[in-house]
Amino acid sequence: MRVVLEHLTKRFPNRNRKIKTEVVAVSDFNFEIPDGKLIGLLGPSGCGKSTALNLICGLETPTEGKVIFGDEDVTGLPPDKRGVGMVFQNYALYPHLTARQNIIFPLTNLKGAEKLTREEMNARAEKVAALVQITELLERKPGEMSGGQQQRVAIARALVKTPRVLLLDEPLSNLDARLRLQTREEIRKIQRETKVTTIFVTHDQEEAMSISDLIIVMKKGVVQQFGAPQEVYDDPANLFVAQFLGTPAINTFDAEVKDGRLYIGGAAVLDVPGARDGKVYAAVRPEGFIPDPDGPFESALERIEIMGRDTTVISSHPDCANVTVRSIVSSENRIDTASPSVRFRLKPFKVFLYDRDTEERIRFGTGD
Amino acid sequence: MKKNSFKAWLYLLPAILFLGIFMVYPLVDVLIYSLEEGYNSASQTSTGVGLYNFSYVLRDPFFLQALKNTFLLVIITVPLSTVLSLLIAYGLSSIKKLRELFQTVYFLPYVTNTLAVGLVFMILFKKTPYSDGMVNALIHLFGGEGVDFITGPYWAKMFVLCFYTIWVVMPFKILILTSALASVNPNYQKAARVDGASGTKIFFKITLPMISPTLFYLIITGFIGAFKAYSDSVALFGTNLNAAGMNTIVGYVYDMLYGEGGGYPSFASAAALILFLIIFTITCVNLIIRRKKVVF
Repeated sequence: MRVVLEHLTKRFPNRNRKIKTEVVAVSDFNFEIPDGKLIGLLGPSGCGKSTALNLICGLETPTEGKVIFGDEDVTGLPPDKRGVGMVFQNYALYPHLTARQNIIFPLTNLKGAEKLTREEMNARAEKVAALVQITELLERKPGEMSGGQQQRVAIARALVKTPRVLLLDEPLSNLDARLRLQTREEIRKIQRETKVTTIFVTHDQEEAMSISDLIIVMKKGVVQQFGAPQEVYDDPANLFVAQFLGTPAINTFDAEVKDGRLYIGGAAVLDVPGARDGKVYAAVRPEGFIPDPDGPFESALERIEIMGRDTTVISSHPDCANVTVRSIVSSENRIDTASPSVRFRLKPFKVFLYDRDTEERIRFGTGD
Repeated sequence: MKKNSFKAWLYLLPAILFLGIFMVYPLVDVLIYSLEEGYNSASQTSTGVGLYNFSYVLRDPFFLQALKNTFLLVIITVPLSTVLSLLIAYGLSSIKKLRELFQTVYFLPYVTNTLAVGLVFMILFKKTPYSDGMVNALIHLFGGEGVDFITGPYWAKMFVLCFYTIWVVMPFKILILTSALASVNPNYQKAARVDGASGTKIFFKITLPMISPTLFYLIITGFIGAFKAYSDSVALFGTNLNAAGMNTIVGYVYDMLYGEGGGYPSFASAAALILFLIIFTITCVNLIIRRKKVVF
């Protein structure tokens, strides 16, 4: 099911009653989520991701704007009439009910023509339990299950009514690192099999990038960028998106453009034809550095971390906003650790320039 | 290890001494008194050992009246006060405006002296040469026949006693239930809403089971408290409860010891032990049900 948000806005009154201004949790969301895709809604804590999800779910009513599923305007409908399934951050499995009873619970609320018999309910529950591979856990209570198992039950409960849209709120945050990797593959697989449009919220960019078809990056209630993960990574629209995506984080420098060249710490490091003169932020992806004894960019070498396949060179530069400059180079490059400094060339398409005031992208030609 | 255990006993000693002197010794003493037949407190002699005291108490019409009163009180007030408290607590946790004000108002009876509350009930219900009480005034207003609630028919007196008891025990229950309801993670209710459950279904199928441990705690302590009722009756009907026909088991025990027809520690002890057995049985039944019904 296609999900369209039109000027979706949610404002809350300030918690501190003395402050009359309202808090804008979600500000003017406008985008269309194509049918059958897995969407990652990404942003730092408190940026309004969960509120956005609740608006789509129907747990919150928007201050302005519309939520449209397919061609149907569902803005005024309660959650159960929208045909959504939701997995909560702490799973919210009813602790006094077994996994089977938990999964059946949404079915027991069906009324009229949709009403199911006990057998039909059980059949539906078993089918969905098989999909998330918890068939042997059906008679257990949530307290007798691990975090990962509870989450599968929660997903099964969300899927049992065959929702038009599946919503997951921080689905992996309560799992340990190993389980997180495994579960995210699992979510991807289940989504592929059911082909249900899925939106999940996360603050972990790696999680969002790895399994999403499309990601939406949010900051303080405002959508910063919307696109395929690789597109957004390769072409971040503003400094926030550039800094938020990628591990290790992008290296940000105070820099200056003069006569079509980029200067970092007085050295002309890159030709940036078409960029206007003035002070800028230059953001360089860690993989944008090529070790070169004659390279224009020089920084003080601190240490190197060998990862096997590649090597992280950690150096420092006075104009770098990060604590250290991290560059990832192929391990075929032998870095002289005894040397006090290290020199690089920069890959033009891994360097992004941003305005000092607006932090918006300054585009330049790459020369080819 | 040995040394540690010595120290542990040393630390426990004050508590053990106090409990021994003020709890265990009197309990044993009560048991002994209850079995001594024809005990004379002046000469401290008895004529023999047996179960006569129990059979006397169980045939005493005053005791049977007290037993009936106590049971009625328990059966009426415990369910009613618990359900009412649950409704009020649920209401309190559902509203946002004036919530603190209402919480305070509902808690006020808890910090009010029992006898002061008794006075208020006198004004409400008691007939005096000057007035018939506020409730009767209301009944008259709607054209009804006035009832003497304090010295009148049994059902009227029982009604006042139950009313009073419910009113006195509710604040504590509301307080406990409000905090229990507040501790239920709102995500459960949200999840149930997404699952399409109605408000009533969410309350009965999700919220209520989640607060069931607290509910059972209140029911058990409610039973025990109601079985031990005495001061409420005194506050309403004065000290001569047997004459008023509104005595309770604890009241009977007290009367047997110090009342006008008192001075019979043996009968008092036997009655106290019967009360103990009743409470013990009911609590055991409660706990068995609890084990079956409360799941976490």
